[in-house]
Amino acid sequence: MPTVNVELRNVTKRFGDFVAVDNVSLQIHEGEFFSLLGPSGCGKTTNLRMIAGFELPSEGEIYLKGHPVGQLPPFKRNVNTVFQNYALFPHMTVAENVGFGLEMKKLSKSEINQRVNETLDLVRLPNLGSRKPRQLSGGQQQRVALARAIVNRPDVLLLDEPLSALDLKLRKTMQFELKELQRQLGITFIFVTHDQEESMTMSDRIAVMDHGHVLQVGAPTDIYEQPNSRFVADFIGETNFLPCKVTGRENGLATVVVGDKIKLQAACEPNVAAGDEASLIIRPEKINIHTEQQSNGQNHTVLPGEIVEKVYIGTDTRFAVKLMDGSVVNVRHQNMSMNDPVTQVNNNETVFVSWQTAAARVLTS
Amino acid sequence: MTVQQAQEGSLSRPAVTDTHYPPQRAGSLLLTWGKRLLWVNMVFSFVFLYAPILVLVIFSFNNSRFAAKWEGFTFQWYGQLLTNEAIISAFWNSIIVAVSATLISTVLGTMTAIAMERFRFPFRKTYDGILYLPVIVPDIVMGISLLAFFALALDWINTALALPVDSALRPGLTTVIIAHVAFNISFVAIVVRTSLRDFNKALEEAAQDLGANEWITFRRITLPLIMPGILGGALLAFTLSLDDFVITFFTTGPGGTTLPIDVFSRIRRSISPEINAISTLMLLMSIVLVMASQSLQRRRD
Repeated sequence: MPTVNVELRNVTKRFGDFVAVDNVSLQIHEGEFFSLLGPSGCGKTTNLRMIAGFELPSEGEIYLKGHPVGQLPPFKRNVNTVFQNYALFPHMTVAENVGFGLEMKKLSKSEINQRVNETLDLVRLPNLGSRKPRQLSGGQQQRVALARAIVNRPDVLLLDEPLSALDLKLRKTMQFELKELQRQLGITFIFVTHDQEESMTMSDRIAVMDHGHVLQVGAPTDIYEQPNSRFVADFIGETNFLPCKVTGRENGLATVVVGDKIKLQAACEPNVAAGDEASLIIRPEKINIHTEQQSNGQNHTVLPGEIVEKVYIGTDTRFAVKLMDGSVVNVRHQNMSMNDPVTQVNNNETVFVSWQTAAARVLTS
Repeated sequence: MTVQQAQEGSLSRPAVTDTHYPPQRAGSLLLTWGKRLLWVNMVFSFVFLYAPILVLVIFSFNNSRFAAKWEGFTFQWYGQLLTNEAIISAFWNSIIVAVSATLISTVLGTMTAIAMERFRFPFRKTYDGILYLPVIVPDIVMGISLLAFFALALDWINTALALPVDSALRPGLTTVIIAHVAFNISFVAIVVRTSLRDFNKALEEAAQDLGANEWITFRRITLPLIMPGILGGALLAFTLSLDDFVITFFTTGPGGTTLPIDVFSRIRRSISPEINAISTLMLLMSIVLVMASQSLQRRRD
């Protein structure tokens, strides 16, 4: 059982009538890279600001290493933040910026110097200590902001969309570096982002938020493979949604009818019951296309369809396939070989699509 | 002809293209005349504004008691200023008033600006409106109301403390300083507020995040960053205070003669070249201060 580092217990934050965070409970483990993921306005930044102490929760309590801190001002919490636009002090040098937190802890000049230099080395910015922030590039400023926070050896490092101001290439590099740094330091990182790919590549666990609620918490694979709601399925990656009606369930599989012709089985959440109006979701890369009829195997769903669109995109070919009931599914077919008959099919040709029964999921919420 | 040659050719005779195409439409003709008129307008504006000042400066170097005629160049009026005790004392009074009023109003004005910009309290909007009044209220109204206020207040204090007539509180330098503080607060507050408005609040959060309490955050982060605004406000206050005549006139008393008041009392007798000399010096001081204030505010941007 991992040690809990940060815990939110029934935390609500209201701004006037607006509920930014609604009864959120979360446990973030020691040494974990944890992401708060969601669209803008979902409450992820408010959550982070409450952990930092910039906002006080309207209800509920926040625990840091087991101690309640919800009502403490930011300067009394051993938590540091990397701000979205870095918020470097423009009138101070890089070294003064990085040393500010240590100076507040009243460490000796020599110790401050030593730790500042160590940390600047760590973020790969040696010899820049005497520069002013405005003399640095965006990526360098980002590293200074990071150094200024980690030099204090906080219990938790909070990162508020720290990479959003960087260009794509630099962002990819920084993602890797951040993850590497986190592994090296072993500090708990709480990372706020609206970029699902960013959170997938970096996080140990992700909390997906929408409208102030935490919808799902889990490892990237859990979130991707077993989304518990339409919102999560839609927000993370690409998904086909087929409206369906649940007619029964057994052994964790639901039987559903898509349109009024297609009857099939799919994995489902425990709350799904016969009679529910639901969505069948299936990821495009989990669908296979065949040019010939396949046997309807035990754990396979096979359906005939007609190609309505074909787009070659290099690594994959993307097909839109119209099923018998008229609904359309998107399929990603990997271009393993150009001799593959599937890559030769054209619009209006009849094909068969198949997937593992458990790869499709039935969601009611 | 190659492209390069064509470019060189056009570079060698650029003026030809211009002169070949004179304005042809009525619209552009009107525009040309409009532009000329604007020039005339500008020249006249500058003449009206600065000719009198220029005359004053020139005649401060005139080697004649009488202002009307140029008799040759001299520094003697400036020399005489230095030996004129009344003028020297008025000068020091002006400096005392300007320095004290600037210091007090800068502190109060900055605090006011921070309160208005950062805090929400009842009647904030009302107070906001009242704060700007001294900027728009005519000096004469301000002067008279301060005169009435000081008369009442001093009388009340004198009665309350039962001070005898010879040691009773009277208007003087102190009342002038208080009056100057009263109108300077607004100017300082306005200038400081603009610099606070552009201030990135995330910087304060960052400081608190790093362990600085509210006071250290203010001293180490906010104050240094809005300092150009504060200094700009202070310089503005100093200039306004140094130049002020009307409000000072109504609020001063024995021993409270400032330079503008002294100049005014001299002018009632006759316009002497010394007055031209003092005025030139004051003009110089104001110009320097305003330029300093503007360059400080520019640096902030």
